[in-house]
Amino acid sequence: MSLKSVFASLMFIAAAAAQAQGAPVAPDALIRQVSTEVIDTVKSDKAIQAGDLSRIIALVDAKVMPHVNFQRMTASAVGRNWRSATPEQQKKLQDEFKTLLVRTYAGALTQVKDQTVQLKPLRAGADDPEVVVRTEIKGRGEPIQLDYRLEKVGAGWKIYDVNVLGVWLVEQYKNQFAQDIGTIGIDGLIGKLAERNRTASKS
Amino acid sequence: MKPLILAASLALAGVAHAQSDPKPVNDPFEGYNRAMFKFNEGLDAALLTPLAKGYQAVVPELARTGVSNVFGNFGDVWSALNQLLQAKGQASATMTFRVLTNTLFGIGGLFDVASDLGMERQSEDFGQTLGRWGAPPGPYVVWPLLGPSTLRDTIARPLDLTWSPTILTNDRATQYSLTALQLIDTRASLLGASRVVEGIALDKYSFIRDAYLARRRNQVYDGDPPEEPDDKPPPAR
Repeated sequence: MSLKSVFASLMFIAAAAAQAQGAPVAPDALIRQVSTEVIDTVKSDKAIQAGDLSRIIALVDAKVMPHVNFQRMTASAVGRNWRSATPEQQKKLQDEFKTLLVRTYAGALTQVKDQTVQLKPLRAGADDPEVVVRTEIKGRGEPIQLDYRLEKVGAGWKIYDVNVLGVWLVEQYKNQFAQDIGTIGIDGLIGKLAERNRTASKS
Repeated sequence: MKPLILAASLALAGVAHAQSDPKPVNDPFEGYNRAMFKFNEGLDAALLTPLAKGYQAVVPELARTGVSNVFGNFGDVWSALNQLLQAKGQASATMTFRVLTNTLFGIGGLFDVASDLGMERQSEDFGQTLGRWGAPPGPYVVWPLLGPSTLRDTIARPLDLTWSPTILTNDRATQYSLTALQLIDTRASLLGASRVVEGIALDKYSFIRDAYLARRRNQVYDGDPPEEPDDKPPPAR
């Protein structure tokens, strides 16, 4: 084998490796891809259109949740009490909050009939570690505002807050959690969340 | 010198990692508000929700959409006026075109052709106009039947209420019917949303209050509110 061909094969392998690792994905491209995928599935799946909530939940779990940083969301929503919680309590809080959020998102998706997602121009510097991606759900009537806060994680991005119609979820739950932790403590809050998730899944 | 720098950097580190507390909420009338909220919930469960569900079950979707569109078209006139008051020339022009298109080509507003043509609705009311002019929202207030509001929105509401389809007729019975229909139409359109809120709110009163206040602020700033609160609420109790 000549030196030239060895060099060529090495270059080829290097290029293939770089390709496999994937070029860093832009945060708005990620949101566009995930939103379009989810909405297209919701619109085309007969069972979901008929109102099968468990199917939507499974969809959200599979397609959206891998891109969410739950620990950060839960820690932010719990606030200063997060540090006084044991690792076991933190894990339970995270799990219950995740179930709650999945149900929230899935519930909103049940309202989707013929809407499309449109991204607004990204207002962020190239090196910003945290960005806000703004989208609109367009359909009948007024467009629905849906924004995401993302943080850079390695070569990718993770969602750590969602805004629907002007309401940031983490901010919303800060008050809800603070109220309960003050009166019934962290274990009480975990119990309340678990109860809420249990009864909602039955209805 | 060294211990001072150490202490300073530790303090800064503490600040950087500190989890922020929830923002203090401007709700000095919370006792009264909770009671009124409970009353409204009772009224809603007993009267409004069954009526809205019945409306959904009995009236075909096409007719319900038509009703919504007619009320929406009527409301768009008010939005256009408020946008003019807020010096939003472009938005006002778009909304005016919406009304003209829907009234002429949508048969009196029955069909929302304007949306299909790309003219999107942007709802404005006098409360938002006051906010745009610089009036802070003030404390949260819950009114019987009318529901969540702020001091500013309460002052604005009588003006908003004057603009209603009831001005089109002098017949009392028709006026009552129109008002009732508008109420039921609105409630029916919110049935899905209220189901979602049921499932995700830990405390329905504070959930709705916080969401309402955040939403109103968002509306005043047309989806782009500044990071800092625009008015400092009184310190938490």
